[in-house]
Amino acid sequence: MTQELTKIRAENVNVFYGANQALYDVSVDIPKNQVTAFIGPSGCGKSTFLRCFNRMNDAIEGCQISGNIMIDNDDIYSSKVDVVELRARIGMVFQKPNPFPKSIYDNVAYGPRIHGLADKKSDLDDLVEKSLRRAGLWEEVKDRLTAIGSGLSGGQQQRLCIARAIAVNPDILLMDEPCSALDPIATAIIEELIDDLRTGYTIVMVTHSMQQAARISQKTAYFHMGQLVEFGTTDDVFTNPADEKTEAYISGKIG
Amino acid sequence: MTDLTATRYQTKRRAHLAARHSSEKRFRLYCIGAVLSAVAILGLLLSSIVMTSLPAFTESTVRLELQLNAPAQDRFYSDAELADVNWRSVVSRALYDYFPEVTARQDKRSLVGMLSLGATDAARDAFYKSKVQPGDVVSVELPLSDDIDLVVKGIIDRTLPENERIVSDQTISWLSILEADGRVERRFALALFVNGDSREPEMAGIKGALIGTLWTMLVTLAVSLPIGIMAAIYLQELAPKNRFTDMIEVNISNLAAVPSIVFGLLGLAVFINFLDVPRSSPLVGGLVLALMTFPTIIIATRAALASVPPSIREAALGVGASPIQVITHHVLPLAMPGILTGTIIGLAQAAGETAPLLMVGMMAFIVDTPTDITANATVLPAQIYMWANNPERAFLARTSAAILVLLVFLLFMNAIAIYLRKKFERRW
Repeated sequence: MTQELTKIRAENVNVFYGANQALYDVSVDIPKNQVTAFIGPSGCGKSTFLRCFNRMNDAIEGCQISGNIMIDNDDIYSSKVDVVELRARIGMVFQKPNPFPKSIYDNVAYGPRIHGLADKKSDLDDLVEKSLRRAGLWEEVKDRLTAIGSGLSGGQQQRLCIARAIAVNPDILLMDEPCSALDPIATAIIEELIDDLRTGYTIVMVTHSMQQAARISQKTAYFHMGQLVEFGTTDDVFTNPADEKTEAYISGKIG
Repeated sequence: MTDLTATRYQTKRRAHLAARHSSEKRFRLYCIGAVLSAVAILGLLLSSIVMTSLPAFTESTVRLELQLNAPAQDRFYSDAELADVNWRSVVSRALYDYFPEVTARQDKRSLVGMLSLGATDAARDAFYKSKVQPGDVVSVELPLSDDIDLVVKGIIDRTLPENERIVSDQTISWLSILEADGRVERRFALALFVNGDSREPEMAGIKGALIGTLWTMLVTLAVSLPIGIMAAIYLQELAPKNRFTDMIEVNISNLAAVPSIVFGLLGLAVFINFLDVPRSSPLVGGLVLALMTFPTIIIATRAALASVPPSIREAALGVGASPIQVITHHVLPLAMPGILTGTIIGLAQAAGETAPLLMVGMMAFIVDTPTDITANATVLPAQIYMWANNPERAFLARTSAAILVLLVFLLFMNAIAIYLRKKFERRW
């Protein structure tokens, strides 16, 4: 493999919710244009860690973070960073599809509108079409762009959320268990889409499905009780785990 | 052995089961009984109000031929000439001509007393409306006074001995003659809706109070809605959770439970005595009611904001919306149905309020319809209370009619609330 470029570098990250510590000294280098999967049992801190990257934890009362997180060598917790600007660079897709109760078009156009990305109506139309095409949804919805987004099926809604995220033109996509609310067919479509998106975006994904991690990720991080137990190429982690906890988890003994 | 135990348990269980079923049935009956008694009480209340109010919706008139005796130079009477006419004597003369046998001064006075004081206005209006040539006779329907009206409607029984009723035998005999000649008629009492307040029951109307209520509600809405929504947004979405905001929350909840007359005292002390807001005006009434309403709006708005799913906020934050954009673009529109419902319920509550308005001078005899928020005005509940206090019997029906109008007003507001909720309701 050629020289990997690091997109996100986390150094000694600790996260506290009030008096509870959720993450202990996590350090990880997330490579550019690859899919990195976070796996581990429930409550192990993988979602918390994911939400550190676009500072979604800021909104949670009593949440404190120490350590450094650098994206493209810029500290995202520096006081100079504007959170709104940061989130424009980092798209996020959530566990449950959460389209706005607006039309399909307005769902995708919302981000570009608030960030002022399109000067003309035609630019916005192009951006919406491009994003929906990239999310593999255009052919299914092009005739009903004014229909309400929540009227789509679960899998379509999730792809709409992906289109909404990439319409802002981010370079990182965070996905928090994007397929856990979907049936196997919709899951397969989303997985294929994620694999396809890898060329343009750095993707970090939390998943409960080890098969999913094995199928689409290049790197895997295993978390246990707030600690990063193991991080490496997906092949290594699944076929030759260095830590016995990782082995126990992937072989189904714990979790 | 085990078979025996099993059978015994089964018998026990079945016996218990029957008791459980019957207790469930009984509970169900209690609930139905409660609903029925609530419906019965409501029905009784409504039907008694409607029955009492019915006479107020009609009024009795007598048709008389009126003639102006002042000869004019012109072909038609000019408006200036009509303005100079003593209409009271025109009306009186028509009655004297009808009953030439009445000559004593006392009797003449009671004869004219059969007509409402509004009869002179009715006569003048009839002449203004039709171009009358000198010497023409105009047939006009003149309203009867409240007591005679009650006799016509049968509420005062004319078969009772004279000393047990308010109307004399002589007056009733005159009325009978007019009735026999087919001159007495009943018509829809438009006066109830187009007149302001009056000391004469047959001339008293609710227009002034209704318009006063509308102005007052307008002030209440304009003051309490923005303050209520802004305060709720701050407390629910933006404020840090600390002892200070906790204290504000507790105080707002308490404010909603403060007896309404206290708000009236506050209004008197602050708005009238300190800020010199005009007394008896919809402005001061609306401000006092706004104090009462905005805790309700804050509580309703906070509940509506809290019911917006967090996933929508996360989605908006995730694409880079600022906290204020999350609120104005997503949370507030979704919370709107709840906010509107709470607001209208708060306003309906305020519209039915009497006690605080007592303290700021809105419980007053005001004949004119208010034309702006600083004019003297009264409101429907105050009007109802004042009419209920009047001694004339005819005010009884008027009071019930005003209650009915207030109920329709509140029903209308609640209907708007339901309509808005349905209209803005969105699914997610």
